[in-house]
Amino acid sequence: MTAPPPLPKWADLFVLPVINLLVAFFICGLIILALGENPISALVVMVKGAFVYPGSLGYTLYYTTNFIFTALAVAIAFHAMMFNIGGEGQAALGGLGGGLVCLWLAPSLPAGIVLPLAILGAAAFGAAWGVVPGYLQARRGSHIVITTIMFNFIAASLMVWLLGGPLLQQGQQSPQTEAFEPAGQMPKMHDLLGGLGIETTSSPLNLSFVLALLVLVGFWVLIWRTRLGYEIRTVGHNPDAAHYAGINVPRTIIVAMAIAGGLAGLMSINELQGVQHRVILDFTAGYGFTGIAVALMGRNHPIGIFLASLLFGALYQGGSELDFEFQSITRDMVLLIQGMIILFSGALAYMFNPPLARFIARVAAKRLEARHV
Amino acid sequence: MVDHHTHPASSGSGHPPAIELREISKTFGTVRANKAISMAIGKGAIHGIVGENGAGKSTLMNILYGLHRADSGDILIDGQITPIHSSADAIRAGIGMVHQHFMLVPNFTVLENVMLGSEGSPMLKPGVGETRALLKTLGEEFDMHVDPDALIEDLPVGLQQRVEIIKAVKGGARILILDEPTGVLTPGEAESLFKILRRMKQDGVTVILITHKLSEIMAITDTVTVIRGGEVVGHRKTADTNPEELAELMVGRKVLLRVDRGAARPGAVLLEADGLECHAADGRPLLHDIDFQIRAGEILGIAGVAGNGQTELLEVLSGLRPVDKGRLVVMNRTVTRQSRTDPEQMRQAHVGHIPEDRHRHGLVLAFEARENAVLGFHKSSVTGEGALIDQQAMTAHCLDLMREFDVRPPNPNLSGRNFSGGNQQKLVIAREIDKRPRVLIVGQPTRGVDIGAIEFIHKQLIRLRDEGCAILLVSVELEEILGLSDRIMVMNAGRQVGIVPCEEADEQTLGLMMAGIRGSDAA
Repeated sequence: MTAPPPLPKWADLFVLPVINLLVAFFICGLIILALGENPISALVVMVKGAFVYPGSLGYTLYYTTNFIFTALAVAIAFHAMMFNIGGEGQAALGGLGGGLVCLWLAPSLPAGIVLPLAILGAAAFGAAWGVVPGYLQARRGSHIVITTIMFNFIAASLMVWLLGGPLLQQGQQSPQTEAFEPAGQMPKMHDLLGGLGIETTSSPLNLSFVLALLVLVGFWVLIWRTRLGYEIRTVGHNPDAAHYAGINVPRTIIVAMAIAGGLAGLMSINELQGVQHRVILDFTAGYGFTGIAVALMGRNHPIGIFLASLLFGALYQGGSELDFEFQSITRDMVLLIQGMIILFSGALAYMFNPPLARFIARVAAKRLEARHV
Repeated sequence: MVDHHTHPASSGSGHPPAIELREISKTFGTVRANKAISMAIGKGAIHGIVGENGAGKSTLMNILYGLHRADSGDILIDGQITPIHSSADAIRAGIGMVHQHFMLVPNFTVLENVMLGSEGSPMLKPGVGETRALLKTLGEEFDMHVDPDALIEDLPVGLQQRVEIIKAVKGGARILILDEPTGVLTPGEAESLFKILRRMKQDGVTVILITHKLSEIMAITDTVTVIRGGEVVGHRKTADTNPEELAELMVGRKVLLRVDRGAARPGAVLLEADGLECHAADGRPLLHDIDFQIRAGEILGIAGVAGNGQTELLEVLSGLRPVDKGRLVVMNRTVTRQSRTDPEQMRQAHVGHIPEDRHRHGLVLAFEARENAVLGFHKSSVTGEGALIDQQAMTAHCLDLMREFDVRPPNPNLSGRNFSGGNQQKLVIAREIDKRPRVLIVGQPTRGVDIGAIEFIHKQLIRLRDEGCAILLVSVELEEILGLSDRIMVMNAGRQVGIVPCEEADEQTLGLMMAGIRGSDAA
């Protein structure tokens, strides 16, 4: 068995992910066929449900926002070669930070002050939850995968205790805080667009989506244009070379994990300040984990992450339509499709690499020969 | 210069050659690694294959050993066409291979390593007996004794290699391929390896030796094939050629093998080690009582077998490793256990460092050349003055370095791993020399670098010396140490055996000192 020739960059970035995606959809199609439904019409329903029906695009982009934040939290850590499984806990803590700011300040201050502070609070609390595992890894050698998983559980327990005790709304049975005053609520996109004279259907999509787009750009600048980003990538690719270059490797790891935690924390702004308008239990709903798959699929690059987030957002939204339209398909089909995509784009991401690489090399060689003849 | 048509004389007396390659070709993607390579090697000959990195030597040997499959061409063993599609085929055909990087299990004994793959039965006992007997016979036959019960990790490199050879010939191999076998050996160990090879030759074993050291080709081979750009550019009888001709065939132009340098004009002391020591985490001494001074405008060479403290010395001097005892004076800065230092501070003190292992320390292989060209200097003005890295400044800086140091291809956007070893090394050297260091710490500047680039790198080091830089040079290549250094310090087991002026040093005395025998004892 000889090693395949290297895959050209364009094929690695575009062709391979598309092949993986098509295979995942193809297998899901077979399963839908086995359930006695038409896979093509199921696909049509999903696409319509995600983008075409009134309000559906808003829902899709609202889910997309969550994925962007949690995927970036995985991606930045990954650039420092850290596997951050702790997005779930970091997002939960972010919710606490942003929530405390809103509960405390929203009754007395205007939104223009409360919301930026809430964003900072969410980022700061999330960052703190990322720094501890980062420190333990960088200075004490505790494996970050283990510690971030443990920190997810600690965060979950902490939230149960806070929301069921000190922060519980007066006279409430379900674990949640008081509602945020209007100054602590993210403006809805349909309201903002309405103000500009563009009429759209009401949806949970809020200003956090714009925040997510800004953060995507900021992420790109940070990683590829700043000295800190250079240091993070150096540490990630080759810690020995980083040490040689005079970069403080442990400190860089801790900083990267702080940013990762902060990014995950921002996801809570979309959910809590944007939609729930209070801190509730388990609002992270697995976005922290799915973010890992999104980051993998997006190759830790902002553009890839945006596209992958959009895909997962569309799946979330379009998948629920399947449930309505088909008798034999339930909402679990979304999980199945997601699972297939994660399987082929994540776990088996490079399965089609060798044959594709050989194919491209063969074509290139033929062309070269043709030119020589 | 290229003479395709001189076919080597096969054994002449009517015997078919032990091994013959006919028109072997192999293409990887668009790269033609081997183009119609033919050669014939007589039974009981020692045949050398030389060529620059990437010339196609390794591909050819991998085809012969069944690790790659040729696109076309035939392999003949004893005159019979023998298809070799796997290493199992090769072993069956009587071919054994000793790889450059040993394939041994360090925490197994010699016996267990030799037995590996031929245990024979579910229970180990019969296999152990057979292997013990085999080790005894082979040891006597070829004069290569090894303690069967010693752990591999406790053995010196020379003996580990002996175990590799035993593994290669245990199944009765009649053709032995050795890939760069002396890279890690002392001159003494290399000599005993050659003794074993000559012994095998007498026994009718055919040896194929891949090396870049022309002195070894001259010393031990009977015939030699030179490969350049995937093609055979010449077959020679060793007795009828000389290193200059071989170097010219390899590179395709005349090459200066001797370094051309004038006498040193030493100035002020710029680097001084005074009772320098450092320890491993478990307290084992790595460096012990190192004392030396280097003046501006001179090169101190450090000779020694790899793994005798040179790596640690480089790490301490460049700030990668703390000083545990004694002190280090770099220009006017004193570094001790208390006043720690780090690579950033050393760099700010104008100490350049060309690391021993460019893949581990010197480069980030995934980075583009222009990003590698600022490694260690990403906070300095070469990346612009603003908050963000100035992409244009970074690219321009890289292009300047590439032009001045002839890095090919001169493409700042190509990632580090896509350059050849010599060009990677030139990029690292360019980056460090460009900052006009007052002190330069150099480790293995030409390891895995082509002859043509070696000449260039040596010239650059001499130029820097003449401009008044104090240079410390670590190399396992004695020729390099002798060719460049003004004074030579020999290290053994983390200690300095002695410092000798270059004029008084020769390979023999240095070889003895490298084995730990002091100059006075040797004389």
